[in-house]
Amino acid sequence: MAEPITATVAGQVAALRARKISSVELTGTLLDRIEAAQPVLNAFVTIDRDGALAQARAADAALAAGNAPPLAGVPIAHKDVLMTAGLRTTCSSRMLSNFTAPYDAHVVAGLKDAGTVLVGKTNMDEFAMGSSNETSFFGPVRNPWNVDYVPGGSSGGSAAAVAARLVPAATGTDTGGSIRQPASLTGICGLKPTYGVCSRYGLIAFASSLDTPGMFARTAEDCGLLLNAMAGHDPRDSTSLERPREDFTRDLALPLAGLRIGLPREYFGDGIDPDVAAAIEAALAEYRKLGATTVDVALPNVKLSVPVYYVIAPAEASSNLSRFDGVRYGHRAEVYGDLLDMYKKSRAEGFGAEVKRRILTGTYVLSHGYYDAYYLKAQQVRRLIADDFTRAYQQCDMIMGPTAPAPAFRIGDKTDDPVQMYLNDIFTIAANLTGAPAISIPAGFDRRGLPIGMQIQSNYFTEARLLNVAHRFQQATDWHLRAPVMCREATS
Amino acid sequence: MALTLADVHRIAHLARIEIDAAAADEVHSKLLAIFAMINELQAVDTTGIVPMAHAQDVMLPLRDDVVTAQDQRALYQGVAPAVDGGLYLVPRVVE
Repeated sequence: MAEPITATVAGQVAALRARKISSVELTGTLLDRIEAAQPVLNAFVTIDRDGALAQARAADAALAAGNAPPLAGVPIAHKDVLMTAGLRTTCSSRMLSNFTAPYDAHVVAGLKDAGTVLVGKTNMDEFAMGSSNETSFFGPVRNPWNVDYVPGGSSGGSAAAVAARLVPAATGTDTGGSIRQPASLTGICGLKPTYGVCSRYGLIAFASSLDTPGMFARTAEDCGLLLNAMAGHDPRDSTSLERPREDFTRDLALPLAGLRIGLPREYFGDGIDPDVAAAIEAALAEYRKLGATTVDVALPNVKLSVPVYYVIAPAEASSNLSRFDGVRYGHRAEVYGDLLDMYKKSRAEGFGAEVKRRILTGTYVLSHGYYDAYYLKAQQVRRLIADDFTRAYQQCDMIMGPTAPAPAFRIGDKTDDPVQMYLNDIFTIAANLTGAPAISIPAGFDRRGLPIGMQIQSNYFTEARLLNVAHRFQQATDWHLRAPVMCREATS
Repeated sequence: MALTLADVHRIAHLARIEIDAAAADEVHSKLLAIFAMINELQAVDTTGIVPMAHAQDVMLPLRDDVVTAQDQRALYQGVAPAVDGGLYLVPRVVE
C-alpha cells in the first residue's frame, strides 16, 4: 500500500476513487510520517491530527456516496500565512504565536470545498520576509535533500513537506519569489499565478501589490488541479479579477511544436553557479527536442528588480504591519507605561530582526522628504521593468532561465548579510512587479546532489499554456521523480 | 541622503518600535548596506515615466452602499489581548 502514500495529487485522487486506499488510511499514514519528520525538518508549525482525520472521514463518506468533490480526501498543508478558521495561524511570528484565525482565507475555503484534507500549517519566514526560512520564530526549516542546507523561503515549510513526500501538495504565497525559489531549492514545482487570479482575502498581508497565493506540488498537472480550486473572483479582495472560470489543466497535452522560448541574456550572465547554468542549458536542449525554438530577448531593466522590490515591498509592509499594535490581536508586552510605550514594547518584542529591518526601511522611504526619491522612483522603474517584458513577449511565448542563481546554501551562511540574501531573488522578483505568472520546475542536480530549478515565465493569464509547457518537459524528463534519501528509506 | 543613526531612532519612533542604542547601531549598519543597493535606482532616468503602483491597471470596483457586514464582535474580540464589556482595553489616554 506504499504507492498511493507517495503518489501525486492526481495519483491519490485516482487511488481514492478506485478505493485502493481510504482517505483516513492515507491521511493517518501521512500524519505518522509528518510527525516522524518534524524533529528533522521542522516543516510544520501546527499539526492537526484530529481535525485532519475528521475531514478524511467526511471525504470517505462522500466518496462512498458518489458525490465527492474533485480533490476529495487528498491531504494537503497550508502555509501559516493563510488564515484557517479555528486553527492557529502564526505567520511564524511571536506576534501571532497564539492567534487563532476567525475565518478561512479564500483559497483555503476553495481547497476545502474541493474536498482536500488539511493536515497542518507549514513553517515559513516570519511574515513571509526571507529567502531561507531562517527568520521563523519557530526555528529554521531544513532541506530534505541535505538537512544542513536551507529549503529556501519564505514558503520553506510547504516546499520541504512536499519534497519529503509528507503531503502531495501545499499552498504557498509569493511576494518576491517565495514559492518559486524554495520550489527550486527543494526539487519540486512551484507556481505563482497571475496577480488577481487567486484572492488575497485571508492572506495576512506583507506587500499587497505583490502578494500572490499559489502552490507547491511535484508536477505541473497537480499545480493545475489545485489552481482550479483556488482561482476565482472574490468580492472581498478589491484586486481579485472577474474572469470566466477555466480548467487550468485543459492544455496539458498540447504539443510544443512552434513554441518560442525567450532567453534573456541578463539571466545567463556572471554570478550563475556553473552547475545551474549547465542544467538550464540541458533543459533548453530538451525543449528544442520537443519542437520549441529559442530566441534572445532583452530585459535591460530587470537587474533593477531587487532595489525596486526593496523599496516597494518594505513600504507596503510598514503600512500593512502597523495593524499589529497589541490592541485587537497578537502579542502585547507584559510590562508597559502609556499607550505609546505599549505599542513600542509590544512591537519590539513581537517582531523579529528581519521584519523590523523591513518595517524601518519602509518607514524611511515613505517618510517626509524621501517619498519621491525612493517610493515614486521605484514605481517608475517598476514600469520600465514591466515594459521590458511587454516588448519581450512580442518575440516569444515563454521566458526561461534559472529560478535562483545557485542551489541551496548552508543554514547560517547568509544570515548576517541581508543584501546577499536579497540577491537570491534576482530572477524571481520581476514576475511579482509585473504581476505575470511564473513557475519553477525541477531541472537537475548539482555536484553535491542538491536540486536545481528552472523558471518559466509567461504573459498575463496564460497559466494553462504555462502548465502545458512545464508538463511536456516533465513527460520527457524524470527530475521530478527523484526523491530525497530520507523519503526513499521511509517509503521502502 | 546617507541614513544617519539619528534617522534610525526617528523612523523607529515613527514605526512604533522600541529600539535601544546597541540595536540601533546594528540596524544602522545593515540599513546602510541595504540603501547602498537601493540607491542604484537614483542613476536611472525616469523622466516622464508614469509610476506603476499595481500589477493590473484596473479601476477599483464599487459596491452598493448597503450594510453587508454581520456583527462578529464577540468572535473578533475573542483573540484580543484585553477586552471588557465589548471594548478593547488600553492604557488611559485621557487624564
